[in-house]
Amino acid sequence: MAIEVKIPTILRTYTDGEKAVSGEGATLSALIDDLEANHPGIKDRLIDNGDLRRFVNVYINDEDVRFIGGLEATLSDGDQVVVLPAVAGGAR
Amino acid sequence: MLTIAQSTYDALVAHAKRDHPDEACGIVAGPEGSDRAERVVEMVNAAGSPTFYEFDSTELLELYKEMWDRDEEPVVIYHSHTATEAYPSRTDIGLASEPGAHYVLVSTREHGNNEGPVEFRSYRIVDGTVTEEEVTVVPSLD
Repeated sequence: MAIEVKIPTILRTYTDGEKAVSGEGATLSALIDDLEANHPGIKDRLIDNGDLRRFVNVYINDEDVRFIGGLEATLSDGDQVVVLPAVAGGAR
Repeated sequence: MLTIAQSTYDALVAHAKRDHPDEACGIVAGPEGSDRAERVVEMVNAAGSPTFYEFDSTELLELYKEMWDRDEEPVVIYHSHTATEAYPSRTDIGLASEPGAHYVLVSTREHGNNEGPVEFRSYRIVDGTVTEEEVTVVPSLD
């Protein structure tokens, strides 16, 4: 089961500069564990205290995973996953 | 150094003034690797706040997909501060995630929605380190 994962610039230090990597897993959580096995360190940049980091967005086939089950969102062969850090900030 | 066309500079300032007292935000895209700030994309501040900004997550994905299709990247990421100076806050620094981008801050604290000068400053923010850079406004990018 192959799932393409697009990696943002800031996380490419974990993927030898690759813009996209392949992974597998039946859920987003399993996919992230699989990514971690091949790209150690990346999981900590995505997950904090067992949940997706507040300022990291993950999309499965263009759907923000927060609306489709978060880490338990299900994946199928050929799905496209995109990771994008939030663009956010402010004076506060 | 950030080199920016007068028309782009004016567009960013106009956006910041229009959205005051909320923070305005957006990007200026350009061809990948070119460092040319060519195409202003105003974004909605999903936080709708005078002290915080965040691109809506769905619009963020649309924006990046459009840039990928066009072989572009965010050359400038801009936002306004409406009551404080045009300097990255701790939040700005902690959340900065495009090490290749120029982070532009516009402060509307002096004149708000009205005519009048603004502070317009640019920074690199890499691994929590802020480096201010010179801003050169040119009639147009050659």
